[in-house]
Amino acid sequence: MNSVGKYFSDIFYGIKSLWKGLMVTGYYFVHPGTIVTQQYPENRKELKMFDRFKGEVILQHDENNFHTCNGCGICQLNCPNGSLEIITDSVTNEDGKSERIIDKHIYHLSMCTFCGLCIKACPSNSLAWGQEFEHAVFNREALTKILNQPGSLIKKTPKEPKAPKPVVTDTVPTSNPAN
Amino acid sequence: MQEVEFSDILTAQEDGDYIVNIGPQHPSTHGVMRFVVSLKGEMLDYVVPHCGYIHRGIEKMCERMTYPQIIHLTDRMDYLSAHMNNEAVSILVEKALGVEVPERVKYIRTILSELQRIASHQLWWAAFGMDMGGLTCFFYGLRDREKILDIFEESFGSRLLHSFICPGGLMGDIHPNFQKRTKEFITYFRKKLPEYDQLLTGNIIFEQRTKGMGIMSKEDAISFGATGPTGRGSNFACDIRKKFPYSAYDKVDFKEILYTEGDSWARYKVRVDEMWESMKIIEQLIDNIPEGDYSTKMKPIIKLPEGEYSQRVETAKGDLGVFVVSKGEKYPYRMHFRTPNFSNLFVISQLCKGNKIADLIAISGSLDLVIPDIDR
Repeated sequence: MNSVGKYFSDIFYGIKSLWKGLMVTGYYFVHPGTIVTQQYPENRKELKMFDRFKGEVILQHDENNFHTCNGCGICQLNCPNGSLEIITDSVTNEDGKSERIIDKHIYHLSMCTFCGLCIKACPSNSLAWGQEFEHAVFNREALTKILNQPGSLIKKTPKEPKAPKPVVTDTVPTSNPAN
Repeated sequence: MQEVEFSDILTAQEDGDYIVNIGPQHPSTHGVMRFVVSLKGEMLDYVVPHCGYIHRGIEKMCERMTYPQIIHLTDRMDYLSAHMNNEAVSILVEKALGVEVPERVKYIRTILSELQRIASHQLWWAAFGMDMGGLTCFFYGLRDREKILDIFEESFGSRLLHSFICPGGLMGDIHPNFQKRTKEFITYFRKKLPEYDQLLTGNIIFEQRTKGMGIMSKEDAISFGATGPTGRGSNFACDIRKKFPYSAYDKVDFKEILYTEGDSWARYKVRVDEMWESMKIIEQLIDNIPEGDYSTKMKPIIKLPEGEYSQRVETAKGDLGVFVVSKGEKYPYRMHFRTPNFSNLFVISQLCKGNKIADLIAISGSLDLVIPDIDR
């Protein structure tokens, strides 16, 4: 008799536990407003990524096609995978001195791991993250990009006059702790 | 404890036992993992895990990388605990150089680790339910995990592999919305976590497939080095956050979850309870993040002084140890990671003995294995 009672109580407990789970799924079935799924290919127009989204590395250009990269190569040194490659050129500027400019700033997207070390290390803040994320292409060569736009030039910042050195008036310590 | 050798498996075949290969492409191993299983009828006799299918040689690669560059490789070991892996190497470098990071950095690191722990346990809960045949769990777990990933994406730009914690502090400051969104998430998830219990914890099928299955004794946990929730389900108090506090863990009040049963059910309960504890930790810290810099000034080329250094942190899976031998150069001479999943995996032979083959996936799911962390 005891085992028969246990048999039926087990069935009752099982149905009760399944019903508890069905209550949760049933709640969401009758509340379609709680759906959080994004319909991705349909919402491409209004889909906007966050400002800091790491889509790809870009070289920032302003509206007049000027960038700030002087080709120092620190990003290339910091990159763990060799995904950045800088080919520099030298030109003679108006002062008659030869100056280093970038010829090609090559970026291999296929090798990039998005660690952000190049952007953190850049002394002139010319690299940044781009928000583009649809990178699928048909051949691998298309993932090698040249970051500097054709015809772009380095932005010349007018040299700031050096701040005058603080004049040291009193070199003798006023109080000597040894005495 | 019986030593399990591959030759034992081969000799077992002569006795008329079955040798069955499970994997490497089995949907329930959550990665590329092969189990060679010896069967007596339907009962499991030996389970020998074969790893190495996605071995990438991260430890060797580290020997040709500077310390800031190593960070992005540690993401790819246990990708569900990316922040904690980054933190382990960062704290090691800071300790070796004697650099003190600002309080703000410590607070943010702790909050990020706990958010990551919740996200990891959510994904585990989702996948564990699916291993048992409950597909609903998978959607519900991922739905809540998405909220955390959105917080991460807004602040660091990535959802899985962050590389955000670096030697000296953080790669950037947190987003102005970070605190608001995290608090919103906590209030949201406090409402949603009881749903997890309703769906899975009380379910009769789930209870019968986990209670009393894969029992690991405390001695086994210690001798195999099973840490994290896997070890704590067997009453092995191994929480690094309590034993050797790092970052801001000494300032917060939380409980180390311990269960004595040692079965799959206990490991499940530890993880669900840890989600509550993690929320408690975040609530204590999120309003008190001190003002200050997000990073200390480090030298452009970091060279560790000659010697040996080690650091342990508690990831979502267990105790992650990092060991570095430095010869005073900018590259480490030797870098070793003691990853939690590697130790947790090899208990499986002990756990499965005497159970049915259908329970192999349930038991391996309860260990919360991330295969890239095993192979690294």
